[in-house]
Amino acid sequence: MWAILSILVENKPGILFKVTHLFRSRNFNIDSISVGITENPDYSKMTITTYGDEKQIEQIVKQLDKMIDTVKVEHLDEHKTVFRELSIFKIKLSNANDSMEINKLANAYGGKVHDVKKDSIMVELTATPDQIKAFEELAKPFGIIDVARTGVAALQRSGV
Amino acid sequence: METMTGAKALMTAMEKEGVKQVFGLPGGANLPMYDEFARCDIRHILTRHEQSAAHMADGFGRVSRKPGVCFATSGPGATNILTGIATAQADSSPMIAVTGQVPVSMIGKDAFQESDIIGMANPVVKYAFQPRTAGEIPEVVKKGFFIAESGRPGPVLIDIPKDVQQNEAPMNFPDEFKIQGYHPWADPDIVNVEKAIDMLLHAEKPIILAGGGTIISSAFAELQSIAETLMLPVVTTFKGKGAFPENHPLSLGPIGMHGHAEANKMMSEADCVLAIGTRFSDRSVGTFEAFEKRLKIIHMDVDPAEIGKNQTAQIAVIGDVRVNLRVMVKLLLQRVIKKSEESPWVKHVKETKSYWKENLKLHPGEMGAAKILRKLREILPKEAVVTTEVGQHQMWASLFYDVIQPGTFFSSTGLGTMGWGFPAAIGAKVARPDVPVVDIAGDGSFAMTENSLATAVLEDIPVIVFVLNNSTLGMVAQWQRTFYDRRMIGVDQKSCPDYVKLAESYGAQGIRAQSMDELDKAIRTAISSDVATVIDIPIDPEEDVLPFVAPGTSLADMILPS
Repeated sequence: MWAILSILVENKPGILFKVTHLFRSRNFNIDSISVGITENPDYSKMTITTYGDEKQIEQIVKQLDKMIDTVKVEHLDEHKTVFRELSIFKIKLSNANDSMEINKLANAYGGKVHDVKKDSIMVELTATPDQIKAFEELAKPFGIIDVARTGVAALQRSGV
Repeated sequence: METMTGAKALMTAMEKEGVKQVFGLPGGANLPMYDEFARCDIRHILTRHEQSAAHMADGFGRVSRKPGVCFATSGPGATNILTGIATAQADSSPMIAVTGQVPVSMIGKDAFQESDIIGMANPVVKYAFQPRTAGEIPEVVKKGFFIAESGRPGPVLIDIPKDVQQNEAPMNFPDEFKIQGYHPWADPDIVNVEKAIDMLLHAEKPIILAGGGTIISSAFAELQSIAETLMLPVVTTFKGKGAFPENHPLSLGPIGMHGHAEANKMMSEADCVLAIGTRFSDRSVGTFEAFEKRLKIIHMDVDPAEIGKNQTAQIAVIGDVRVNLRVMVKLLLQRVIKKSEESPWVKHVKETKSYWKENLKLHPGEMGAAKILRKLREILPKEAVVTTEVGQHQMWASLFYDVIQPGTFFSSTGLGTMGWGFPAAIGAKVARPDVPVVDIAGDGSFAMTENSLATAVLEDIPVIVFVLNNSTLGMVAQWQRTFYDRRMIGVDQKSCPDYVKLAESYGAQGIRAQSMDELDKAIRTAISSDVATVIDIPIDPEEDVLPFVAPGTSLADMILPS
């Protein structure tokens, strides 16, 4: 199963290293990772997405919790969570209609278009990883030149 | 607030923690700290290798249950203690390792004797600090000792750049501090202890499996009370060896790869296990699947991450095992539960035990391992502390040296570090100078840290090294005999060195024992001697450790002596 982990850590140097090292040494996988400072500058929040069966995810959470630098570790229920990832695609323009087609596609996914050139165009898309994947599939026939993704950021909805 | 250097603050803070001695070796990057030994009451015990300093601190920590402290310089000094730190981490031993580091301004410049020891040590420490200013040191030491000895104990590394040792700052030695993400203790779990009692009462073939956590938390009296009240047979892990007196009628000894036959048999027949302070290591339980398939597991452990890691428990009791075992003792008293009659299961257990006591085939020679270790047991007082190295002698000690007084047997069980036993024995002797301390060794392991003889002699720490000498890396040889068609590669030590002469060259006492009479005399001489003694006991290089549960098989599939 795919799992979203939200990890509140003390905002000190070296903690990202320790967290990623834990995944490596315990034989877990990181699917995506994003880190940012919280409203309180003493803390950072990491959002890590990972794969594993129920027992493995439980073990990851426990091992993260055991780390002295982690303040709070949560396995978020994706149905009760707002989670988004920012991605930027650079797509090839080969035919006269491509620019318009890609604009339409970007609009359909709530994306924004940037850096329109004669033979390439950039699309910025903030969406769930599944939606980004779907967009990628549709953009592929045009020719994807490059892509950059941030990893997921997630917050649990209130009152659930 | 008094102004002082970082080095002085380190020593002052350690004195406040009750540190009486440091095991270590000086070098360029820790000289400011070393200079402070001239001005404080902490004893410095010089070692000949940093790895041994770490093992000494480890041995001291396991016996005294207070963190042992070791010092090393930067670079190679720091990398040399890594094996010692990893050993302490694998066996949950409290330790403070203090390394020198190049000055802050030189970090990352590949300076002389610079190593990123924080990065290297991360996966094998409980926590690591690198104070960047002198003023941080008092709080770092306070937190370091607290982390090392609380909850599930472990090693803490404090890496101090040389300029941070030298710089002066006004020092505040705090009594209180906060570590937000660290919750080493849980409240007693009465609800789950109650459930555990019911599960044990309803089981037909219940058994106790006592692990190393039972020894770390000194839950000996509680364990014995519960075993006797509920008439539960007790097996241990190898690390838990001696958590329960091995001469007790309900004791079956350690399970595992080289567990006692009766312990492995009964563990394989049990239907419910009260597992106390154990991580269910592969060496203890064999294949994980075979183990958990048959059994209802009640798992007590101080570390929540151990619950469900290797085995799925039906009931989990998280917290200090002594605290929760006390709850169990109390609840049993309240419910007036006391089993007086032997159940068919306990009868069967006792019969199995006496069968194997009589029928396990031993080496026929005069100097077989079992006879040698039983002789040692016969002569040593029950309070004597024993450490072991790693290999055949270690497993023979597990099989044939009965621990009578709980908490007097220590070994590198998790990492399996050859060369651990002798320096650990020195650390143990510093903690318990009043009792004989014996390192049960093999010739291969002893070779790895034998230069600690210099420390034992010069620092007047008279331990006994008891070498079962088959002139072979015996356990490897046994695997080559068993699994590699007797192709013996890289195991012959060719009787080099002569350990009697080696001991004498250090100013220690060396005695060779080639018969039971000589052995008897040698042990008595060593105990009454005030100098470190090496007893060299030549044994048959072909003797195997049996029973043997081959890797990847279950405890029921023991290879027995033919």
